[in-house]
Amino acid sequence: MYQYDVIDHEFLADRAAQFRDQVARRLTGDITEDQFKPLRLMNGLYLQLHAYMLRVAVPYGSLNPTQMRAFAHIARTWDKGYGHFTTRQNIQFNWVKLGDAPDILDHLASVDLHAIQTSGNCIRNVTSDPYAGATAQEVDDPRVWSEVIRQWSTLHPEFSFLPRKFKIAVTAAETDRTAARAHDIGLRVLRNAEGALGFEVMVGGGQGRTPYLAPTIKPFLPAARLISYLEAVLRVYNRHGRRDNIYKARIKILVASLGAEEFARQVEEEWGKIGEGADLPDTELARIRGSFVKVPFETVAPRSEVFEAEQTSDRSFARFVRNNVKAHKQPGYAIVEISLKAPGATPGDASAEQMEAVADLAERYGLSDIRVTHEQNLVLPHVKLDDVPAVHRGLQSVGLATSNISLISDIIACPGLDYCALANARAIPVAQSIQDRFADPDRAEDVGELKIKISGCINACGHHHVGHIGVLGVDKKGEEFYQLSLGGSGAEDASLAAILGPALPADKVADAVDKLVETYLSMRTDGERFLDTFRRAGMAPFKEAVYADAH
Amino acid sequence: MPTLIKRTGEGFTAAEDIFTDVADEDAIPNGPVILSMARFQAEGDALVTAGRSVGVRIQPDEAVEDLAYDLPRLALVGAVFPKFRDGRAFTTATLLRERLGYQGEVRAMGEVMRDQALFMVRCGFDSFAPVDGATPSDWAKAAGLFRHVYQRAADHRPPAFEERG
Repeated sequence: MYQYDVIDHEFLADRAAQFRDQVARRLTGDITEDQFKPLRLMNGLYLQLHAYMLRVAVPYGSLNPTQMRAFAHIARTWDKGYGHFTTRQNIQFNWVKLGDAPDILDHLASVDLHAIQTSGNCIRNVTSDPYAGATAQEVDDPRVWSEVIRQWSTLHPEFSFLPRKFKIAVTAAETDRTAARAHDIGLRVLRNAEGALGFEVMVGGGQGRTPYLAPTIKPFLPAARLISYLEAVLRVYNRHGRRDNIYKARIKILVASLGAEEFARQVEEEWGKIGEGADLPDTELARIRGSFVKVPFETVAPRSEVFEAEQTSDRSFARFVRNNVKAHKQPGYAIVEISLKAPGATPGDASAEQMEAVADLAERYGLSDIRVTHEQNLVLPHVKLDDVPAVHRGLQSVGLATSNISLISDIIACPGLDYCALANARAIPVAQSIQDRFADPDRAEDVGELKIKISGCINACGHHHVGHIGVLGVDKKGEEFYQLSLGGSGAEDASLAAILGPALPADKVADAVDKLVETYLSMRTDGERFLDTFRRAGMAPFKEAVYADAH
Repeated sequence: MPTLIKRTGEGFTAAEDIFTDVADEDAIPNGPVILSMARFQAEGDALVTAGRSVGVRIQPDEAVEDLAYDLPRLALVGAVFPKFRDGRAFTTATLLRERLGYQGEVRAMGEVMRDQALFMVRCGFDSFAPVDGATPSDWAKAAGLFRHVYQRAADHRPPAFEERG
């Protein structure tokens, strides 16, 4: 993992001190809430329905055990004993007191963490592949480039007051685990025909009330030119993005209104004027790269007898392996996913005890590396096959061994009206009702990969536009209704979901999902996922199944 | 006469504002003046030729490049923040310094508050008309809060990667 040096440490200490002063000015009344609001937002502090919410950055979703224990400490000391991992690989604490926020930031800074730019109209925390450094699929380690962007974007003097928030994703594998095309900028690391390293640059994706998938504006950007090119994109956006209407202020609207070609031309022109002087020196690139390559893998046999035997003797372990254990590039190792979607649980929530258990397992069996996924789960990226049974038992003991990664009960949901001041409807109870309906793990496995994503309002934090089944909460005359949509994907086969039909009351959502699933099961051909069947058969049979009674 | 905060070397001091910021509908008074871009393009030439000290006020939707030829004749360039959260003036100042090579005064005008002092200084602003009552020492404190910066900018402060080098 990247190690912070004295410069990074002093920077975080200075940031915490700055915020302490700002909170003090607010508490004594020297500044008004109106003046304080943009300042607290730049430190991830939102005023929600019941309390302040603090969103802490997990840079590109990568954590060490000490940092995970710090989350547990914060949850226990200043919150109600749990935290919520988000669809942007961050963590939120939902019950924070304003006066405690400076102490929390100090505690975070002591373990190299912070809440910088987790909110506000600035460049947010970079999203990256939770399997980085562990999957054989990748062309390069995307964390190298994520760290480059983290540093470049941190308190960027020119780009901290953009028209709207700005999210960047970096992926380097053929399987996209970042939803790159749903970001303001998606970067896909690749090699060109000559073998040179570079990026496919996609700009102008986003969700919210007008979803767009980002078009590719540059098929190959030489890797060393990343920063100057990002600067060009951000400058064109900062100057020309709309500021008159918050709903039209994201870069996706600028790209869509100019057209991808014209936007690309403007970026190219600006980039030409910036020149190479803005790029990061090769020495710094090499320094950052160096901190990601030293992973102390052991040389072990590709096949583990312990691992095989346990699957034969323990059916729950075999199920865990089928669903949560993924191929690793290093022989004899595996990637272990930890589901935060246990039946009846709030998607993405973890208790302090669970966080500590994961930290212990990572330290003991996982080369001290932990990842957060944008699907609100955790990952131990480097576990020896020999140790997977012990990890499984450790997870079982704290209720974290749910074997449902990418299955129908592995639901993304925003906090919704249970917490969020923006929401129109609750998301968590709907997720729980669907989980209950598909609680039988054999049935869930039979259904196979099916990504349900639930948002409690049009802002789409629950990514419903890119769900195989998307669920959007809407308010109809004071009552919660849910609009279903089908066929979305945030992966390498990205697409936007289409609306199924009229919105349904809360108690009909699980029934409708059940009918959609039964329709799929009755029509699927060998190997087809729900999404594949939908793409082949179209909306009609699904719509008929759900709304037949209404005819 | 309103006071300004000016950057002097590494510090900040109070200075009298000798310029009149002239609205488009007002007559041009005697003494140093700041005009809108449109007014400058219409009337600036005569004033400058007459030896007057003239500055231009750039709104965020105006292109600073349009001033390129006139920069050597200007006493100052003001970049306006109509709202605290409108960040276009940061680009204006950056381009003035880094692309157009402007060496004169670049003034932050509009809703200017100490909480953006660091960003303003880094983008090349060197005079400030704060609306939050900030004093030069408040400004110096806000602009100097961070011992390190991560990226190159118009202030030419060595970024972290150069400090590490």
